[in-house]
Amino acid sequence: MKYIGKIPEELKYTKEHEWVKIESAHGVIGITDYAQHALTDIVFVELPQVGKKAGQFKPLCVVESVKSVSDIFAPVSGDVVEVNDNLSNNPEHVNQDPYGIGWIAKIKVFDESEVKNLMNAEEYKKYLEGLEH
Amino acid sequence: MSPNEIKNTPLVNEHIKLGASMVPFGGWNMPVQYTNVIEEHLATRNNAGIFDICHMGEFVVSGNNSEEFLQKLVTNDIGKLEIKQACYNCLCYENGTVVDDLFVYKLDNKQYFIVVNASTTEKDFNWFANHKMDNVDLMNISDNIGKIDVQGPFANDTMQKLTDFDLNEIKRFRCEKISVKDIDEQILISRTGYTGEDGFELFFSPRNSVTMWNNLLEAGKEFGIKPCGLGARDTLRIEACYSLYGHEINENLTPIEAGLGFVVKLNKDFIGKEVLQAQKNNGTGKKLVCFEMIDKSIPRENYPILVDNENVGFVSSGTFSPTFKKGLGMAYIKSDLYNVGGEISVLIRGKEYKGVIVERPFYKYKGGK
Repeated sequence: MKYIGKIPEELKYTKEHEWVKIESAHGVIGITDYAQHALTDIVFVELPQVGKKAGQFKPLCVVESVKSVSDIFAPVSGDVVEVNDNLSNNPEHVNQDPYGIGWIAKIKVFDESEVKNLMNAEEYKKYLEGLEH
Repeated sequence: MSPNEIKNTPLVNEHIKLGASMVPFGGWNMPVQYTNVIEEHLATRNNAGIFDICHMGEFVVSGNNSEEFLQKLVTNDIGKLEIKQACYNCLCYENGTVVDDLFVYKLDNKQYFIVVNASTTEKDFNWFANHKMDNVDLMNISDNIGKIDVQGPFANDTMQKLTDFDLNEIKRFRCEKISVKDIDEQILISRTGYTGEDGFELFFSPRNSVTMWNNLLEAGKEFGIKPCGLGARDTLRIEACYSLYGHEINENLTPIEAGLGFVVKLNKDFIGKEVLQAQKNNGTGKKLVCFEMIDKSIPRENYPILVDNENVGFVSSGTFSPTFKKGLGMAYIKSDLYNVGGEISVLIRGKEYKGVIVERPFYKYKGGK
């Protein structure tokens, strides 16, 4: 009965359940459907500051549910150029639409070759299926 | 119980069927949530919630000296209890710090029923046994008791569907033995709880746990009842400012520091009285306060409290409040800073977030018969 959730084809994924969509040297990032479901009621997103330097797989920001505090790791390295300020007042958007209005930040990517360290949709699905519930 | 053994309650299969996330808690495999904490919390505030509390410990103290024995151990004045009445207590060491907090029910003139925390059951029973007097019988009946709490504005209506006994006759902090649908014994029911709502705690044989649980869910369906996990139990009790052992009280903290002076009665002798009397008279260095966040943020246990850049205390319990939709909690701070309306800061991941000291409790009990 494990929840796998939606895994859009066009995104790349980390083992920590973040996604990134790379377009013209910028990456929009968020957490996956599986992650939002596991966290359940997200009530606070501590957004990164614009200008922050993100390192691939390094903590970027924090999301909190009623009972948990979780680091969000950057899928790729780069400068944070934009954050989803709407999440300050509507953290539940991450639950409602993790790949859409629940996006977290936009990063100017330093090195697009880092993408090879990420999973594609099919690999991420297999990865989730192999995880302990 | 061996230290590493994780116990299941008789309701474990019901939790799994309901899709609960299970976590270890005090040596028990317990449901932390079924759907999500906020939904379960609000169901209890607005409708009704049921909680598997089979993990908690129960003792029976009986015999001619049972009252004298309990008076010596616990902080509240159980001599004032009428038959079928219950009261909240701390159990203290000589130095006034807390062995555990517990409920004492007077079942009869020479028989008391004690409800203790799950993780401290063994420690408490040893403490009782080590102080036992003549003509006192002690029994740890934890393995023979199943317990479910039904709480919320529709707890009474839900429970009333399962019994012919007029539940309005059971006032707050009173208990009865009543017959209940499909249960082959009389159960003990008390109008008590740990949520800040009206409701009941039910005690019965473990073999009846599953029937009791499912009958409550069925009876409460029309009122919007939900099964609630330990997550909601914690957020509910934080809003009501009820202490949780290991957080607001423990072996290093006293009931006076924790703001529980109202259950410390100095008109009698008990273990720890000397220290607690001095603290009542002279005050304490630190004090438990309620605070809520002004800056958007969620305080968590052990986060430091700052005033004017000075570390003046720590959070004992904190959460996002599903009722008030903001971060709030309880904290120990230097007593001279206690001042309702006073600003404090909570240090969260290296950053200061503003909060304010408020009146206790956040959520006032308004149910009640």
